[in-house]
Amino acid sequence: MNYGIIRRTIGWILLFEAIFFLVPAITATVYWEREFFSILISMGICAIVGGLLVIGKPKSDAVYAKEGFVIVALSWIVLSLFGALPFVISGAMPSYIDALFETVSGFTTTGASVLSGEQVEALPKCLLMWRSFTHWVGGMGVLVFILAFLPLCGGGQNINLLRAESPGPTVSKLVPKMRSTAGILYLIYTVLTLLQFVLLVFDMPAFDALNTAFATAGTGGFTVKADGFAGYSPYAQVVVTVFMILFSINFASFFFIVRGKFKEAFNTEVRVFLTIVVVAITLVSVNLCLAPTPDLSTGEAIRHSAFSVASIISTTGFSTVDFNTWPSFSKTILVMTMFVGACAGSTGGGIKVSRFVILFKGMSHETKRMLHPKQVKKILVDNRVVEEETVRGIHSYLIAYAVVFVLSLLVVSLDGYDLTTNFTAIAATINNIGPGLEAVGPAGNFGFFSWWTKLVLVFDMLAGRLEIFPMLLLLLPATWRK
Amino acid sequence: MNIIIVGCGSVGRTLAEKLNNDGNDVTVIDMSAEKVRRTTERCDIMGIVGNGATHTVQREAGIEDADLFIAVTNSDELNLLCCLLAKKEGSCQTIARLKNPEYSKDAPYLKDELGLAMVINPEYAAAEEIARLIRFPSALKIEPFAKGRVELIKFRLPVGNEIVGVSVKEVAIKYRLEGLICTIERGEEAYIANGDFIFEEKDIVSIVATPKNANDFFSKINYKGHSIKNALIVGGGVLTHYLCEILEKSSVSLKIIEKDIKACEELCAQWHKVDVIHGDPSDRELLKEEGITQAGAFVALADHDEENILLSVFAKGEGCQKLVTKVNRIDYDSVINQLDLDASVCPRAITSDIILRFVRSMQNAVGSNMETLYNIIQDQVEASEFIVKDNSPVTGVPLYQLKLKSDLLVAAITRGNEVIVPRGQDVILPGDAVIIVSKHSLRDIADVLK
Repeated sequence: MNYGIIRRTIGWILLFEAIFFLVPAITATVYWEREFFSILISMGICAIVGGLLVIGKPKSDAVYAKEGFVIVALSWIVLSLFGALPFVISGAMPSYIDALFETVSGFTTTGASVLSGEQVEALPKCLLMWRSFTHWVGGMGVLVFILAFLPLCGGGQNINLLRAESPGPTVSKLVPKMRSTAGILYLIYTVLTLLQFVLLVFDMPAFDALNTAFATAGTGGFTVKADGFAGYSPYAQVVVTVFMILFSINFASFFFIVRGKFKEAFNTEVRVFLTIVVVAITLVSVNLCLAPTPDLSTGEAIRHSAFSVASIISTTGFSTVDFNTWPSFSKTILVMTMFVGACAGSTGGGIKVSRFVILFKGMSHETKRMLHPKQVKKILVDNRVVEEETVRGIHSYLIAYAVVFVLSLLVVSLDGYDLTTNFTAIAATINNIGPGLEAVGPAGNFGFFSWWTKLVLVFDMLAGRLEIFPMLLLLLPATWRK
Repeated sequence: MNIIIVGCGSVGRTLAEKLNNDGNDVTVIDMSAEKVRRTTERCDIMGIVGNGATHTVQREAGIEDADLFIAVTNSDELNLLCCLLAKKEGSCQTIARLKNPEYSKDAPYLKDELGLAMVINPEYAAAEEIARLIRFPSALKIEPFAKGRVELIKFRLPVGNEIVGVSVKEVAIKYRLEGLICTIERGEEAYIANGDFIFEEKDIVSIVATPKNANDFFSKINYKGHSIKNALIVGGGVLTHYLCEILEKSSVSLKIIEKDIKACEELCAQWHKVDVIHGDPSDRELLKEEGITQAGAFVALADHDEENILLSVFAKGEGCQKLVTKVNRIDYDSVINQLDLDASVCPRAITSDIILRFVRSMQNAVGSNMETLYNIIQDQVEASEFIVKDNSPVTGVPLYQLKLKSDLLVAAITRGNEVIVPRGQDVILPGDAVIIVSKHSLRDIADVLK
């Protein structure tokens, strides 16, 4: 294990976090808020600790897969630990665990809050901005962001960082140079975010528009209003619906569209994802129209169901209505889409559509093999053979996912809340969505849980964002052995 | 530059690594996912798994924007097909490796007809290198120009040689040198030769001349160890055939020891002047009987690296002066250097070096007419070869009337098959290949003027 490079990378993470703090600092200056000083102190702490860690060149800059995973997992933990500082220092959230939960929820683009709607509105604007901005940074990935500026480690080994941080079963570069790849990803990300901001700013205050753009881009879900998205105009809701879906599509697709390669852009995963979205919206809106409660017009039913489905499947977690009051069929569909999640290589969470595509193809092959035991079959996606290694990776991912899920459920159940609350609380955090059902539904929050449940959920959020294995590797003693 | 490399063998991997270090955007293609993974983890490049001779895979690798396409897979046919397709799709230059001797005979034809920028035969390139080492064993470095018609030879002036203390101008007149003295390195300093420069002991001198004229010059100045009369070659493979072909007209007599009687017969039938011995080269007595102790050079070209190294160590112990060892593995040159075996020749390393040189001169030649570029004295002096265009300002004027920059020499002019050692009254004509040695970094032939 190359401890030198791990130390140095963590140092860079903290230095960059100090730079990220400029965003709330500027906000505090604009609105003349006294929390400016708590942000300044947090910034100073990050800069000093980071500066100390960066000093001294490591003996070797080799980053193999093992170091890649550990660096990514530790980076995210350190980022969250220090990111929680302004909430505590300013006194806005006296409990450090609550502040940590809020920050992890921000960076992992979950959007689950321990604060009630009223408490959110009472937060100073600079801290609201910090919450939303953590979504934006966490959405595309911190290390990817740093890689666009710094060559963190030598040769092609940067790919190990990208692999560990970017979601999806296979990760590849867009262009030969790592730095250009990271740059292109962030360019697409920034352009789409700006586009959304411009479309929203006509319809709501600039502060709300910027926060919403950040939260949508990272598929996060923090809002600045007590009633979430219910208070905004239908126009804003439609814009956000469209952008939530855009941000849950593989960013490579946008790259291909810019290059005029439409066939590559609309690959199997994107087509399947869009199909699932359309089918889910149709089923939910039909169900809402036919059900006696809630009493909605057809137009409203379509708009709200589209917003909710897009919000859940993109793992954003905004809400225009409290879907907890919807009929059971609609709620079940929403819970199902929670697990499907977005496309690989997007900012969204969940298990990812591409994994399901491969799993279902594998399942159908195995079924056919029952009829013809000697039949030879390969899984093809986009006319390309899926490597056996990839398939095995998906299987073990799914098992690890289930194990983490079940164990978390067991620990959380000690708190004594009902099964739906516990189940959806874990589903909503491990898939990085935000709201669940019942007590943690869109109208509720996560503040009532005990401190250990919150820590379990913090672990689940990080495990979900980093796709389980980096976090599990941290717990493995063999990882740390010399 | 955007470069696509098909084939992640040792040559492909070395090229990818070095080209990436030069700052190019490199994409590699190989059928084996494992090989692609290993290559892309070593350096910051993109890898694609697939058949490089298919349009889909080439498009995925970004053939539209590629500047250079290099095919170095194990199969000659695949390499040619890859290049053919790449040429059709993109506006890129293409380089193919061709190993099969039958194709390499057709190389110039293939190159023209298929529009390839370069065809490289690793075994032939290695044979050329060995031939250069045998023809002039004391040279520190030999660089070929104008397709090998002219060479730049670097050698160290021994203590007490008769040209020590003599000026460059006098040497040229006295020995009627049909070539040009170009550079002199003295300690850390490098000089471009002018007429009044006086040689000192231990200077490293470089001259540009045809191989034959260079040999004449060295015998005239009584430069010790100037030629090898006979060479003992072990192994009768393709490389040996090429070596016979290259050395056929030279004065070096060759003796080949080969195990396989069929290979022996083939060698006899093709090369009349060569002595072919049928026997096991690992037999010490046989080697002694065939005069390993008296051989001017011992060349180990057997199939296995281990055998070659072992035989060279033995030959060294027997007092053989010049040793050439063929090594196939690219990664262990430090081990071989430790054994102090004189010169080792690795066809794969030569292949990647030649391609690399081509790419570097291509980079330098963006928008210019440069053919080849050599860094002849590290970071101080460059030799570059230009093809002169019709409207160039240097044409039609005698050289002494051209206002040339200082620290610059017109070292040779090749016109068709003729090599001209430039004198003041010579004139550069359109279509000539001109070799310029200078301390300036030149981008165009017009840059030689003040």
